[in-house]
Amino acid sequence: MLNQKKFIVSHAPFWHNGTSISERSYHTVLAAFPAILLGLIQYGAPALGVICLSISSAMLWELAFNKISKCPVTLGDGNAMVIGALFAMLAPATMPWWSVIMGTFVAMIIGKHIYGGIGGNPLNPVALSVAILMLSWKGVFDFNEAYRHYELGFSMAYPLAAVKNFGVSAISDFNAKDLLMGKQVGGIGSGFGLALIVGGIYLMFRGFIRWEISLSFLFGVGLTAMMFNASDPVRYAGAGFHLLTGYTLVAAFFLVPEDSSSPVNLIPMLIFGLSAGVLTVLIRNIGAYVDGTIFAILFMNIVNPLLDKIRPKAIGKAA
Amino acid sequence: MMIKRSFFGLAKPRFAYESANPAKPEKISMPKIVTLFCKTPYRGNGLLAVGEKVKTGQKVLLYGDSDAYIISSVTGTVSSVSSYIGDFGKSYTAITISASAQEETEDVFGKDPAEISLENAKKFLAFSPGAPALEGFSESDKSKIKTIVVCGVDTDLLMFTQQYVMKNRTEDISKGISILKHITGAESVVIAIPRADNSDSKPCGMKNAGAVGGASGAEIREIRSEYPAALPHMIAKEVLGNVVTAGKTWEEIGISFFSAEAVASVGQAFRSGRVPVNKVVTLIKKDMSKVLVEVRLGTPIRDIFNAFDVTLNEKDRIIIGGPLTGASVYSEDFPVQPDTDAIMVQDAESISAVSDYPCINCGECVRICPVNVPVNMLVRFCEAGKYQDAADMYDLYSCIGCGLCSFVCVAKIPIFQYIRLAKYELERMRLANLESEEAANA
Repeated sequence: MLNQKKFIVSHAPFWHNGTSISERSYHTVLAAFPAILLGLIQYGAPALGVICLSISSAMLWELAFNKISKCPVTLGDGNAMVIGALFAMLAPATMPWWSVIMGTFVAMIIGKHIYGGIGGNPLNPVALSVAILMLSWKGVFDFNEAYRHYELGFSMAYPLAAVKNFGVSAISDFNAKDLLMGKQVGGIGSGFGLALIVGGIYLMFRGFIRWEISLSFLFGVGLTAMMFNASDPVRYAGAGFHLLTGYTLVAAFFLVPEDSSSPVNLIPMLIFGLSAGVLTVLIRNIGAYVDGTIFAILFMNIVNPLLDKIRPKAIGKAA
Repeated sequence: MMIKRSFFGLAKPRFAYESANPAKPEKISMPKIVTLFCKTPYRGNGLLAVGEKVKTGQKVLLYGDSDAYIISSVTGTVSSVSSYIGDFGKSYTAITISASAQEETEDVFGKDPAEISLENAKKFLAFSPGAPALEGFSESDKSKIKTIVVCGVDTDLLMFTQQYVMKNRTEDISKGISILKHITGAESVVIAIPRADNSDSKPCGMKNAGAVGGASGAEIREIRSEYPAALPHMIAKEVLGNVVTAGKTWEEIGISFFSAEAVASVGQAFRSGRVPVNKVVTLIKKDMSKVLVEVRLGTPIRDIFNAFDVTLNEKDRIIIGGPLTGASVYSEDFPVQPDTDAIMVQDAESISAVSDYPCINCGECVRICPVNVPVNMLVRFCEAGKYQDAADMYDLYSCIGCGLCSFVCVAKIPIFQYIRLAKYELERMRLANLESEEAANA
C-alpha cells in the first residue's frame, strides 16, 4: 500500500469554467483604460500622479490590512487595483496627494476590509470614499475649482454645476458630440463618454458586469431627466445632457453594478438600477449637490439586501 | 482539457448530453479478483468464511440478522471480508472473491411463471447490474409508488451507458417493464429517452423506444438533451408537472426511478433464471474519448485501465460517474459496482483547484441554477454552518445536485460540496433527534 500512487480526491463537480476573480478585475481595468487614457492626455502629469498614487496606495492599504489582521495576502485578486483605478477615475486631476491617500484608505479599509474583505462590503467602496471626502473636505471634488488653471480649448465650467446654478441657457455651449468625445471637465476617467460606453459594452458582453443593472440605471437617468426637462425646459437639462455628464456613465458601468453591493436576481436588479438612476437626477435637479450619482448609489446599496429578497420561487418547493 | 466559459460570458454555458451512437461494448478478460460492496456495515465475517467457495450468480448472505446480500459475479473462493468506508462515512462490507478458472453458474429461479414475484425480485435482484430500486415496494402496500420511470438517458455528461442499453436490449427491457408492472402494481410506467434533436446521430432511435413502449404499455417521454434535464428531479418535473419534491423522498412523491439497465436486468433474470453479472460502463479517458466496456461486477477499475492503456500518474483523478456529479476515489482497486455507469480519469494538469475565497456575489450561480435556488445566499449560510437556516430560508432542499453552481463559481467556492455537507449534517441531526426522542419515550 505504501508505494501506491496518490490521486487527487475531491468533491464533484470535477470541471470548472476557468473564470477567476483576478480575471474579472483585470478586464474591468482594461475596459476603463481608454477613458483613463484621455484623462491622461488632457490633464497631463498631475493626472498620471493621481492615478499611480491611487492604485498604489489602495494596494498598500490592502496589504497593510492583510498583515495586521494576519490574513493571507489578497492583492492577487486585483480588487485593490480596481478600487484604486476607479477612485482615480472619479477624482480631479489636481487632487492633493493626501486626499488621494485618504480616499483609498476610506475605500479599502472602511469601505471593504472591515466587512471582511471582498464580497462582504454592503456599500460600494469607491462611492463611499468619494462621499466621505465630499462631505469632509469641501472643495476636494469641486471641478470648477480644480481646473481653474487649465485651458484645454473647451469650456472649463463643470457642466452639472453650470446647469444647476444658471439653468439650461448656461449649457448651450455643450453639444452631445463634444460631451461624448470628452470635451468637458470632470474626474480623470469620467469625462470620455464614448470610451466609457465602449468599455461598458465590453464588460456587459463578457458577463463581467450585470447588464440589467447598468442599462436600467441609464434608463432611469434618461427617463427622469426627460420628465424634468419637459416640465421646465428653462431650468432642467434634457436626458442626453444628464446621460453624458458628471459621473453618469462611469457609474453605470463601473460603480452601480459592483458585485457585492448590488442584487443578483432579475427584478431586484431592474429596480436597483432604475431607482439609482431616478435618484441621481432627483438629487442633481432638486437636491443640494451638483452630482447625485454617488449618493444615489449609496442609498440603493443600503436597500439592496431587502430588494434581493424578491426572487423567483424555487422549483419543487411548497408554496 | 476542460470546458471553458465562452468569450461572451452573457451566454449561459450549454452542456449537451452525449449523443454519439456507441459501438458494442468491448469485453475485457475475466478479472482475477472481484470486490463486492454490501450495503451493510462490516461486523466481522458473520456467515461468510474466508475460503468459502461461491458460484457465479450465487446469492451470498452476510449476517444472520440482516437481509443484506451480494450476488457473486464470479466462481471462486472468498479471500477476504473487510470494512469499506465510502463517501460521507457510509460503511460497507467489502467481500473479495478470487476467481478460479472453471466457471459454474447457479440458477436461482426456475421457469415457472409463479416465481415471478416481488419477493423473489427483492431477494435476488437488488445486486444486479443497474441496481434495481426495489426497496420502496412492498407486497402489502402496493399503491404507494404509482409511477415507475425507466431512464434510458444518462444522468451526467460524456456517458452513454444507459442510452446504449435502451437501444440495444429492447427485448429484456420490454420484459422487465411488464414484470415490474405486474409485481409492483405501479399504475404507470414512463420511459425517458433522449430527445433526438438532429437526425444524423439519433441517440436512441424512436423506433426502438416505440417498440419497447408499445409492447409493454409504457408511455414515452423525450428528455431535453441539455444538462441537467436527465437528473431525476428534472425528469420528475417533466413527468409529473410541477409538484412539491423539495425535501421529500421519492417514495413520498410516489415515483421510482429505474435505469434502463436495471429494468433489463430484471427482464433478463426472469427470462434466464439467472442473476445477470455483467455491467456496461462508459470509460472516459484523459482526452475525453469514450469507450463502452462490459465487465463483471466487482472488477477492479485497474483491470479496465490496463485493458485500454490508461496510464495514471500521481495527482491524477479517478472519478466514478460523470464530470459534474461523480465521486472521486483514491485507489485503482476500487471495483465496478451495480450502479457504476461511468469511470472517468482526469490528468493532474486539467484539475482545477477550489479556493477558500468568500462569495463575491457575482450572481453566476443564481443565473445558472435550474431550480431557482438563491445560491449566493445559501452558500453563505452553509459556510457558516447555519444549516437549518439554509434549509428554512434559502431552499437547501430544492437543490437537485447538478453541480453547475460550483462549475461557474468565479471565487471557485466548492458550493456543491457545502450543499451536500449541509444536507448530510441535517440528516444526521434529524436521526440523532429521533434517537434521543425514542430513548426518552422508552
